[in-house]
Amino acid sequence: MKHVYGWLLLTPAAILLIGFTHYPAAATLLDSLFSTGTAVRPSRFVGLENYAALAADPIFWQVLGNNFWFALGTIPTAIALAMVMALWVNDKLPARALVRMAYFTPTVLPMIAVANLWLYFYTPQIGLLDKVGALLFGAPSHNWLGDPDLVLPATMVMVVWKEAGFFMIFYLAALQSLPPELEEAAKIEGASRWYFFRRVTFPLLMPTTLFVLVNATINSFKLVDHLFILTKGGPDNASSLLLYYVYQVAFSFFDTAYASTLTVVLLVMLALLAIVQFLLIERRVHYR
Amino acid sequence: MNRIFGLLAALLLVAAAPARADTNLTFYYPIAVGGPLTKVIDGYARQFEKENPGIKVSPIYAGNYDDARIKALAALKAGQSAPLSVLFSIDIYELLEQDAILAWDDVATSADDKAWLKAFYPALMMNGTYKGKVYGIPYQRSTIVLYWNKDAFKEAGLDADKPPANWNEMTQMAAKLVKKDASGNVQRWGVMVPSTGYAYWMFQAFARQNGQDLMNRDGNRTNYAHPDVIAALDYWVSLGKKHKVMPEGTIEWGTLRQAFTEGKTAMMWHTTGNLTAVRDSAKFPFGVAMLPASKQRGSPTGGGNFYLFKKTTPEERKAALAFVKWMTAPERAADWSMATGYVATRPDAYETPKLKEYAASFPPAVVARDQFKFATPELSTFQTGRVRKLLDDAIQASLTGQKTPAAALKGAQTEAERLLKTYR
Repeated sequence: MKHVYGWLLLTPAAILLIGFTHYPAAATLLDSLFSTGTAVRPSRFVGLENYAALAADPIFWQVLGNNFWFALGTIPTAIALAMVMALWVNDKLPARALVRMAYFTPTVLPMIAVANLWLYFYTPQIGLLDKVGALLFGAPSHNWLGDPDLVLPATMVMVVWKEAGFFMIFYLAALQSLPPELEEAAKIEGASRWYFFRRVTFPLLMPTTLFVLVNATINSFKLVDHLFILTKGGPDNASSLLLYYVYQVAFSFFDTAYASTLTVVLLVMLALLAIVQFLLIERRVHYR
Repeated sequence: MNRIFGLLAALLLVAAAPARADTNLTFYYPIAVGGPLTKVIDGYARQFEKENPGIKVSPIYAGNYDDARIKALAALKAGQSAPLSVLFSIDIYELLEQDAILAWDDVATSADDKAWLKAFYPALMMNGTYKGKVYGIPYQRSTIVLYWNKDAFKEAGLDADKPPANWNEMTQMAAKLVKKDASGNVQRWGVMVPSTGYAYWMFQAFARQNGQDLMNRDGNRTNYAHPDVIAALDYWVSLGKKHKVMPEGTIEWGTLRQAFTEGKTAMMWHTTGNLTAVRDSAKFPFGVAMLPASKQRGSPTGGGNFYLFKKTTPEERKAALAFVKWMTAPERAADWSMATGYVATRPDAYETPKLKEYAASFPPAVVARDQFKFATPELSTFQTGRVRKLLDDAIQASLTGQKTPAAALKGAQTEAERLLKTYR
């Protein structure tokens, strides 16, 4: 009887989880083994053919590379910035609430709105960046989003701007849970602020850093909304990311089978990343 | 067996008829240009309901053309498609391949209906016709035109009323129109052609002007690597790279209108769909002209058509026909053209008093119509999303200097061949 009661309690959550997470994942895996069907040509089993096509697809490799640089460019920067901001707004400074809110604002905005804002920052000549650049330094106009070398860094700056405030909140919460005695003790011992940060604060923040790192990594694969507004993945796929490519293949090319194949690859990569992160970093995380 | 089913269906329909006196007509429509157009469409729907009791029309704004297609096809897969949709004119092959749409010839059977199917500009029917049957009724249709800033022309010592007629003139005039500040930074460019979003569309104009179309009529062959097509892309690239009259790299479709109305470029190629928005925000006199010629003039048509879906009841089909006929009537076509800048889709719309008057006071309104003589259908093939993206990527790779036009286009052609072979 007790078992039934327990299962009943679990049912609502289980239904949602199976219906919206596990079943779609399994269906995607299955779909990736079939060809895309149309009314004229029904879908048929093709085994690993879609995966062979994927390995031979130059755009897939380019997009994967972009995603790698995108992750490498955004994650450490966003985390470092979040930590600095949290330390700064944790101190007693005038109008602290206001500063905290200001840092958090970008997080509240929807990505589409942010991208529309930044589209006008980046627009050559009439955009904010070019206007300020010309006014202060007499800099020539830059085609930020139209140059394959600049476009990915340009989107990375925007994402860091948007993400850092969110991660700051976690660091702020962690900082406030640190016992004040530690700082007092360090002061009595004559430790410098940098030494205190390096040997006490930073290690104590490690659990938060792990959490933020996992989130930031997932986000670097998940956040593609800005591409719809800013670049549509262009020029020539220079700013395209894996998930955006999945979207294009699924809804612009209507190749559901190949889109499933790409999704499976994305899922496997994310799962591997999460496992590696937990296994490797957990050893060095300082839990109290 | 079929007969029994038919009988059953008929019985059910008779039984259902009194309970459901109103025919509900839902349709999706996209908007890809500026201005408060959802209000205009809603207004049309209410007016139609007033004039046609018994039909309820619910227009659903569905984002841009891509969003609209996705929504319509997703609804179809879920088994509850809208009976009617305005979708991209070039979605026709995709919709045919999904066996989703019905030819208008099959429902428009009366003499009056047949005359209506022939009332539109032939140039606008090319994208909507497959194997002799009409699947797309032109609605929000556009074409590319050249906008020029008359003040800038005067300032550069050019005749403000004489836009460039051919490529050479455009290059020379653009060179004169470039304005630099003391430190050599460009303040105003000569000309801009957008190359994000709809790069293939702009390129069709260049190719057509150089005497080439980019695909065949059956939608199963592309012509990306013809020497004249390569020469056309060479010219586009040279505007930035060699002549320095256009910024290098790609130019954003969405912000180009602002760049023009802020005076940052003296000329731009853009859709006529933006005409009204440009007129409302430009603080200087501007002109609209046909695109310049190389071997000939040329510009692709573009925009959205009305499609009728297969999964519809006879009542819905009848209601859809009535509504689309009403929406495309000369009066409405004239009104819609004035509200947006889209071309009026039929010659008799230009004979209505209000559009005549409007054209007299605002001559740019008829430039697109006059350009129809030189029109070519928009790029559309089987596997259209992929085939189009191949060209987009080739253009962007050339404009950003990563590949030469010849190498980029030849690569795209090889890939397109591979995709389209099975459709021949």
